[in-house]
Amino acid sequence: MSVPVITIAAPDWGIRFGHDAQRHPDLMLQTARLPDRVRIPLQQHIGSEARPLVQEGDRVLAGQPVGRMDVNRLGAHVHASLSGHVTRVGTALVPGRRNGLAVDIQSDGLDERWPGFAPHSQPLRLSTAALRKAVLDGGIVGLGGATFPAGIKLNRGGGVATLILNGAECEPVIRCDDALMCHYTEEMLLGAQIMLRILEADSCIIAIKQDMSSAISRVTTSLTQLADDRFQIALVPPVYPIGGEAQLIQLVTGREIPSGGLPWDSGAICQNVATAAAIATLLTKGEPMLSRIVTVTGDGVAAPANFVARIGTSIESLINAAGGYTQQSAGKLMMGGPMMGVELASNQLPVTKATNCIYVPGNQELTQKSDAVACIRCGDCAAVCPADLMPQLLLQAQATSDFDRLEQFGLSDCIECGCCDYVCPSRIPLTRQFIHAKQQRWQIALEKRRASKASARITARDARKQREALELEQALEQQTHNVTTAAGARSALEALLERTGADNSDDQS
Amino acid sequence: MNSGTAPFWLGENNVPLVMRRVVLALLPVTLCTTFYFGFGMLLNVGLLVAFCLVTEAALVRMRGRNVRQALTDGSALVTALLLALALPPAMSWWTLLIAALFAIGLAKHVYGGLGQNPFNPAMVGYVTVLVAFPEQAAVWPGLTPAIDAVSGATPLDSIKMQLGQMRTMAEITAQADFGMLAGRGWEWINLSALAGGIWLMRKQVISWHVPGAMLATLAALYFVFYAFSPATHPSPILGLLSGGTMLAAFFVATDPVSGAASNSGKIVFGMGVAVLCFAMRKWGAYPDGIGFAVLIMNMAVPLIDRLTVPRIYGHKKGPRI
Repeated sequence: MSVPVITIAAPDWGIRFGHDAQRHPDLMLQTARLPDRVRIPLQQHIGSEARPLVQEGDRVLAGQPVGRMDVNRLGAHVHASLSGHVTRVGTALVPGRRNGLAVDIQSDGLDERWPGFAPHSQPLRLSTAALRKAVLDGGIVGLGGATFPAGIKLNRGGGVATLILNGAECEPVIRCDDALMCHYTEEMLLGAQIMLRILEADSCIIAIKQDMSSAISRVTTSLTQLADDRFQIALVPPVYPIGGEAQLIQLVTGREIPSGGLPWDSGAICQNVATAAAIATLLTKGEPMLSRIVTVTGDGVAAPANFVARIGTSIESLINAAGGYTQQSAGKLMMGGPMMGVELASNQLPVTKATNCIYVPGNQELTQKSDAVACIRCGDCAAVCPADLMPQLLLQAQATSDFDRLEQFGLSDCIECGCCDYVCPSRIPLTRQFIHAKQQRWQIALEKRRASKASARITARDARKQREALELEQALEQQTHNVTTAAGARSALEALLERTGADNSDDQS
Repeated sequence: MNSGTAPFWLGENNVPLVMRRVVLALLPVTLCTTFYFGFGMLLNVGLLVAFCLVTEAALVRMRGRNVRQALTDGSALVTALLLALALPPAMSWWTLLIAALFAIGLAKHVYGGLGQNPFNPAMVGYVTVLVAFPEQAAVWPGLTPAIDAVSGATPLDSIKMQLGQMRTMAEITAQADFGMLAGRGWEWINLSALAGGIWLMRKQVISWHVPGAMLATLAALYFVFYAFSPATHPSPILGLLSGGTMLAAFFVATDPVSGAASNSGKIVFGMGVAVLCFAMRKWGAYPDGIGFAVLIMNMAVPLIDRLTVPRIYGHKKGPRI
């Protein structure tokens, strides 16, 4: 059976990196040595931090839960990535955030598995509910970088017709999804079948970048053997940021995620290829997310490669595995790619579920950022914007802190991809300013909420005081009324006065 | 600086490169104009470049900004070249100085310098001297390969004048100062500006929207009137290759700072320039109203921008601002 292949035409937005991307060719996949110790951050996902389940001195096994997410909160469980002893539970520097709780585990070298997750030889025979529960229990999150808890995203109960497997890795230097599609093809396809079952969806489109020739042939071969007619391959052009969820859904299905809505409102959901493979590994081997593939690349490392690395491995040890730093290393370290990555403060930070790439740039590799000059309204930014925004007008509104205008021009629809910065002839750091504007707006909304709460309190207090004053007045009036109108009361008073008068006269006599 | 935040890779584009390319694209039309009107053109270019750069430097210094950066961004150079090409050769030096002062001083720095000017600086300078010194600024000498060395009528002038004298277009275009397609010399000046403009589009410095909309609208207007009465109206080809049509379409109306922001806005802007230009050529007092047309459309830009914001991803309609 031949596999249906659709070729997606190039969009009218985005960046083609051309020769920049060719500096970083296909990379070998290696398995990193089992580390002596790992540091497992309790938040490796969007949402809130998991609650620690272990304490110093506990023995843990690989796959054993060490952090638990409360039901009904956004987040995912966290598991030990090897067996050993907990040496510390406390705050530590974690990537992507400043500080967070983390569990440090000293390996005992045995890599013994926790028996809590049962391996299934036929996971597709399990019930939808059981599959969904397994994905939640396994702490599986979206591995494309956004780390949205997969169990929550899959909990849709109908309404989603299409599952898109995202293999359109579009950041220039990252190669981990490419490696995954080549080496874990069967796991990825099984994971997709499991997700189709959970979603009750009837088609799966695997989006692969047109220049990933070995991944395309591996996936095509495996799909031919699988002979599942729900699958299709979509070849997407090598344009950044085509792997963005909203962009991929738009190009593959022709539908858009409504502004302010959620991905499944478009009738499709997008999952990273590695997320699919992680779900299959969880169910067939009974292994939650012990490891992930990390690209270690850039002119700053001697032997760039993809590594299967345990969660919690220190970044330094991966850089050593990639041959260590080179002479021309720029002395910087990024997690993620050159367009949307974050600069890391230290190489002692651990690999998390979000670590798709450690980019160690050479000093020739990064653009020297020169001073920005005035915007000349050339509109190059609008031409490349995948959200069809007009960054030049957003910038104007931002300069005057005009938040109503920023909203009208679509500040919330900015996906922070950095394309506008890339093409700006005036070298204006647009993305940074838009992120800043979003934070400011959030702050303003918070203050507004606080202010409205405070004013509600004051209004309530005023109303109460007024009511009390009114009640007091009414009570006084009532008393005066009683005194002035009740004839009996008056005569009683007169009688009283008379009597005292009589008493007085008695005294005088 | 700013090294801490993504993106860490940036493209090659920068303002000086954009301006260099515009200057390069103006080279053919500059040479062509010099060929037909003599070295007085180059004198204009030299003087205006000097005046504009000095004015720019002085004003940037007064405003306490970086003089070196302002001079190297190339924007003042582009303004000087456009002014030189809009004005006839060998004008008195003080007229050129006034043009430079109005262009760089009034139109640009009074509003806050590069990127802030609501009006096209070169056109402000040009229109100022055109209105103030019409006997100098509106009168072009005869072509250097002399047919009539003294006569100072451009093809647009003589069409307007002679149509007023009840001559037919066929009679007018049969005269010696008309060539194959349009006015002698002027047809090549316009074609060389067109060539530079096409190169700029290929280099993605400008998009097709403004010149495309403007030239298509202008051609359509000329065609309608020409089809209706060919004896009293110039043909579309003659209209498109006369006066400052091509220079305005590719180098003036495409100025991003004073033009519309969105693609649909650019189309509206280009169409507006064409309609005004045509109306002024046909009914106005000046033979070529293209400078006025651009400035009037500059005034309309805030309104155009409000009405033409494109639909954002995930929204049903374009934003109403």
